[in-house]
Amino acid sequence: MGKKILSESALECIEKEYTEWLDEYQKAVKKVPERLTRFSTVSDLETKPIYTPLDVGNKDFLEDIGFPGKYPFTRGVQGTMYRARLWTMRMFAGLGTSEDTNKRFHYLINHGETGLSTAFDFPTLMGYDTDSPLARGECGKCGVAIDTMEDMQRLFADINLEQVTSSMTINPPASIIWAMYIANAENEGYSRKKLGGTIQNDCLKEFIAQKTLMLPPEPSLRLVTDTVEFGTREVPRWNTISISGYHIREAGSTAVQELAFTIYDGIAYVEEGIKRGLKVDEFAGRLSFFWNSHIDFFEEIAKMRASRRIWARIMKERFGAQDPRSMLMRFHTQTAGCSLTSAEPYNNVIRTTTEALAAILGGTNSLHTNSLDEVYMIPSEEAVLIALRTQQVLADECGVTHVIDPLAGSYFVEALTDKMEEEANVYIRKLDEMGGMVAAIERDYPQMEIADAAFHFQRQVEDGEKIIIGVNKYTSDRPELEFVLKIDEEIERMQVNRTNRYKEKRDKVRFQKAMDEVRRRCEGPPCWENNVMPALIEAVRAGATEQECCDLYRDAFGVYTDPGTF
Amino acid sequence: MEKARKLRILVAKPGLDGHDRGARIVARAFRDAGFEVIYTGCHQTPEQIVSTAIQEDVDMIGLSILSGAHTYSFPRILELLEENNAKDISVVGGGIFPLEDISKLKEIGIKELFEPGARLKDIIDWVSSNISPRRGVVLKK
Repeated sequence: MGKKILSESALECIEKEYTEWLDEYQKAVKKVPERLTRFSTVSDLETKPIYTPLDVGNKDFLEDIGFPGKYPFTRGVQGTMYRARLWTMRMFAGLGTSEDTNKRFHYLINHGETGLSTAFDFPTLMGYDTDSPLARGECGKCGVAIDTMEDMQRLFADINLEQVTSSMTINPPASIIWAMYIANAENEGYSRKKLGGTIQNDCLKEFIAQKTLMLPPEPSLRLVTDTVEFGTREVPRWNTISISGYHIREAGSTAVQELAFTIYDGIAYVEEGIKRGLKVDEFAGRLSFFWNSHIDFFEEIAKMRASRRIWARIMKERFGAQDPRSMLMRFHTQTAGCSLTSAEPYNNVIRTTTEALAAILGGTNSLHTNSLDEVYMIPSEEAVLIALRTQQVLADECGVTHVIDPLAGSYFVEALTDKMEEEANVYIRKLDEMGGMVAAIERDYPQMEIADAAFHFQRQVEDGEKIIIGVNKYTSDRPELEFVLKIDEEIERMQVNRTNRYKEKRDKVRFQKAMDEVRRRCEGPPCWENNVMPALIEAVRAGATEQECCDLYRDAFGVYTDPGTF
Repeated sequence: MEKARKLRILVAKPGLDGHDRGARIVARAFRDAGFEVIYTGCHQTPEQIVSTAIQEDVDMIGLSILSGAHTYSFPRILELLEENNAKDISVVGGGIFPLEDISKLKEIGIKELFEPGARLKDIIDWVSSNISPRRGVVLKK
């Protein structure tokens, strides 16, 4: 048993004073009314005028807050946090061709970023090569086009893949892109045992929010579990899933929904790993998470602190994990794209700074800061540098990295952290009752909860209950940005040509044999002998393109299309 | 014979981007405003969108796109409407468009483009005053 923070008698004294204070406050606001009829977070959680020990008095310090690096990890996953090592500054980057993106990677590394993060274009994300009719007009626009292993080689040219970790935002085709990454790294002389990085590979949130759709939920989970199993055995430093709330939030969810649905996706992946025959402590330590840092400062800090505590408790109590590494939630954070405005875009720097500060105070392990021009286009060099410098100023100038979890003990932050945990657990119980996340997705439940929240927020903005500067308050004419990046429409033809040339020159016999083996494994029951990863690595070496592997998946597993509910 | 019905709108997501927050919010707002609304869901080709629009006999197509691929899909949709003798279906767009593209798209026949920050009320008012029903249709009061 731990120790309560305050005794019953101390709380009684405080309660008496608090009641008197509240009485005075209410008299005062009768004379000078409050500015708003209701004070609430961006997610619409109502907040009180002040918080006191009464809001946290029943807390058990050791059980609920404790120390960094110790269960339940409320205060951070490492004992030393930013005093020893800052978060990884990892800017999401991808534009045009693999050469263009490689140039951007080097630019960012030369300006002090410490990890890579790859944005793929929509055809790559959806499992189509640039020459697909479905890819028309999309090449390189929202990320880099990767069709073949040669593209992968150009993408990571002159980067030490054992020293720099690479994150790749790729979901349904994650196994294939990862196979290309591993095959390319091995060609370059690196060992798969030493490769560090992340594939997003979170198929469940695609159905819920991001809508990069390809296969139905069950086979999607099977492929995710293949990568988890392969990573556990062969690529031990790789994060095989980045369980992502970011896109759920961008789709319009509340902070609590982001927390609850994402953690529940995590529960589903752990269950699948166990079903495959893995022991929880063998693979849970390689699961990572990804949060959105939205504009409501304290709500985000509370969400991040709560997320670590909820996950630790679930892993220990629900799954019986014993290794602390299975319980600690490491996460990446990206500031909220949806909080940025195309009106007066320079104000976006201020929003991003606030959100980045919240992520740092929330103890993030890695961070992407959005560029001010991302409301128009993927970032220009000028804008991305301001975004990276934002992290560096916060890291080195402001002193916010000197003390670990400096907001612990704030009555408000602790009360809001508790509230986040409590409300997320309500959703988690509901999802349990529905029979798990796949069943809930089939009922359209998380999708419609998010759509309702998004619609509600939009109404609040239009009614002026939620303020967005430059949009519904202090508006002005839209100035043109000086630096909006343009992607040359011509690169599409160039990329189509080189992908076609690549296909022509491969050894057709080796290619066919490798593809037959991938198919055989897809059609067999899920197990190590049928794990697609070793066969995919051979297939991409034998010249298979991304779409050829995805077409095989679509053929073997069927396709999932957006039900289009609103 | 003239048919009497409410204004029918197809909300459609061309291309491969899955950012459907705006499309779904606008679809709901149109429904609440009393229009008949059909939503395609994500990842539609221009061919699929035009075919749905004709089958569903809509008066307007609202295209939502955030990927930058409007440079291909918007002109293609207008072209297909013309080929199918359905130019009386109005086309509007919502999403992120570089300034120079806005004028180009309007020149080729996109009736209006709504950018981030557009208010639902303004979009609905614009539709009510600018979109006429297809030939042979009168609006039910």
